Amino acid sequence: MIITSNLSKKYGGNTVLNIESLDIPKGQSFGLVGNNGAGKTTYFSLLLDLIQPTTGYIKNNQIKVNESEDWKPFTASFIDESFLIGYLTAEEYFYFIGELRGQNKADVDKLVSQFEDFFHGEILGQKKYLRDLSKGNQKKAGIVAALIGNPEVIILDEPFANLDPTTQIRLKSIIKDLAEKQGVTVLISSHDLLHVTDVCERIVVLEKGEIVKDLSTSTATLKELEAHFSN
Amino acid sequence: MIKHFLRLEWKSFLRSASFGKSLGIKIFMGFLSLYFIAMFLIMGIALYPGLKEVFPDKDPLLIVNGLLFYWILADLVFRFFFQKLPVMSVKPLLTLPIKRSKIVNFVLGKSALSFFNFLPLFAFIPFGITLITKGYPVNSVLIWMLALILTVLIINFLNFIIENFSSETELSFLPIILLTGGLYALNHFNIISFNEIVAKGFNAIYESPIFILVPLLILMGLYLFNFKLLRRKLFLDSGLKTKIKEVNASNLEWTKNFGDIAPFLKLDLKLIWRNKRTKSSVWMLAIGLLYGLFFYPQPTYQNLPWFFVFIGVFSTGIFLINFGQFIPAWDSGYYKLLMSQNIKYEQYLKSKFTLMAVSVVILFVLGIPYVFFGWKILLAHFAAAIYNVGVNTHVILYGGSFNRKKIDLSQKAAFNYQGTGAVQWLIGIPLLLLPMGLFALFYFLIGFEIACLIMGLLGVVGIVFHQKLMRIITEKYLESKYKMINAFDQNN
Repeated sequence: MIITSNLSKKYGGNTVLNIESLDIPKGQSFGLVGNNGAGKTTYFSLLLDLIQPTTGYIKNNQIKVNESEDWKPFTASFIDESFLIGYLTAEEYFYFIGELRGQNKADVDKLVSQFEDFFHGEILGQKKYLRDLSKGNQKKAGIVAALIGNPEVIILDEPFANLDPTTQIRLKSIIKDLAEKQGVTVLISSHDLLHVTDVCERIVVLEKGEIVKDLSTSTATLKELEAHFSN
Repeated sequence: MIKHFLRLEWKSFLRSASFGKSLGIKIFMGFLSLYFIAMFLIMGIALYPGLKEVFPDKDPLLIVNGLLFYWILADLVFRFFFQKLPVMSVKPLLTLPIKRSKIVNFVLGKSALSFFNFLPLFAFIPFGITLITKGYPVNSVLIWMLALILTVLIINFLNFIIENFSSETELSFLPIILLTGGLYALNHFNIISFNEIVAKGFNAIYESPIFILVPLLILMGLYLFNFKLLRRKLFLDSGLKTKIKEVNASNLEWTKNFGDIAPFLKLDLKLIWRNKRTKSSVWMLAIGLLYGLFFYPQPTYQNLPWFFVFIGVFSTGIFLINFGQFIPAWDSGYYKLLMSQNIKYEQYLKSKFTLMAVSVVILFVLGIPYVFFGWKILLAHFAAAIYNVGVNTHVILYGGSFNRKKIDLSQKAAFNYQGTGAVQWLIGIPLLLLPMGLFALFYFLIGFEIACLIMGLLGVVGIVFHQKLMRIITEKYLESKYKMINAFDQNN
């Protein structure tokens, strides 16, 4: 589904990302871990064509993302709060995203209603603008908005950060469900090794922009990751 | 401590993403300032001989004192629209061991160094020197000049108080208009003759220096009031609303008639209506619409038909100028979202275009009563409206692709007056002066009707080539996509 080839990003003479090759098959739940500055967000930004690669390319379902925009209809993402429109209510925001993705109101309502549990009664029907919600609640709205319109690829940057424990657990089951039952390719990054090993079938460790580990998740993975990051 | 503050200021200026652009603007503003300085200087030097010649048997000083009230009013209005409130990002400083009062004093002190405070001096000092050379008592003249400097500072701090209060209201410019208009009216209809009070006050200071205490006390009072006002704002939660108002979600179903641009049109309408900054540009419509009333009733302007088109472009295009110049910065807060969504740039831009074009048409229709002042005016406005729709909308959209400055709509904290000040009006030059110049040219070469026709034709050409122009503009936006994302990601 997502093929990365010879991808590099340099700022000045400084290489922040250098991935020779990385293939993510359809329906995989893929985790990206690494310390600050390892290049996780850079990779996601390149994947969404928000920044330009210095060399190489990423193909999303056979489409080079920096040359054509045809990957947009089946790709959804939530990177940070700048993906929210502060002066809309959560519902209006969902409808807006829905409209861009060819969904009518009923479709959006149906999808969103599945997440009432996840919202914990703090998002829908609040009569508040998104800018007036707390950071955690904003994040919930952003994550659910990324699920609208049956995307085939979902990219979430640090989805667990800022969420309360209950929501973290619920989010984990949502992400698992997407990859396992619906065949969606899910890409997440996280600093929480426990969560990411729980959710992802495959974990790639970035260090200074390079892939240093590519693991298929098993019971030993968490130990291995902990060992890797403790020295 | 002040050294540190100054260093922070300098770095924030030098390191901002829009540095290149704002440098260009600053150079331009520099020239503009020089021009004003020159004008004031000439006025200051010529004032005494000029008044002596026109009113040979009156004391020029008394005449000047008699006019001071009007100067104060004009200065207040002028500053309200052009002087920026002192801005400093205070949040990171709050937890550091710096006294709050120091921050406030610095911000207020900085404002005293504003260009607007120095400008009047270029007129008063030469005038004062002339007075002394003409044999007026040196001490009295010096005291009089000191009183004027104090008055300048009083206006400075009074302006902040007015801006402070009006920035919290929706019709932000209404208080200043009401205040100055009210004072002017009271004076004009001789209900309370402020004119004479002010004149007598300055005469009194001139005669007995002890009265200098009056402006001094007023200044101190205003400074303290400002100090209190700002100090109160130096808390993180001061910007928060005490209670979040319940909002009514709206569907705006009627936008469906606009087809594929409907989602964006809906978004733009909500953008305008739900943010204070954008909302005020709606109220500016009223000013634009009534702008003609400042000129048309006066017979002088009746004989200047080439001027009609300027007012026409301004009054039908005020929304276009106000809203258009910040495209796409209005959406800077969530620009990354738009860029990663399944949207067509062209639809996004077309929604903005539609909004501006519709506003021009509405403003033209509302301005039809100007026909009362002559059919020529209506004709000129009509030509100007077509020109606005056909040419200016495209120009301003094209200009938007060079926009690199973020506007933080959700910013509620104190000291946030992004995008206000004199720079905001600069964009008006190509949009207003160019059509006026063109019109004047054809007016003097051929005639009024032909000049109107040419303006209209230019507009029609723009409308005919709309699709093609939009494609060029869209390409320009796509070209600068990465630069815009990067710039909008930075917090000034």
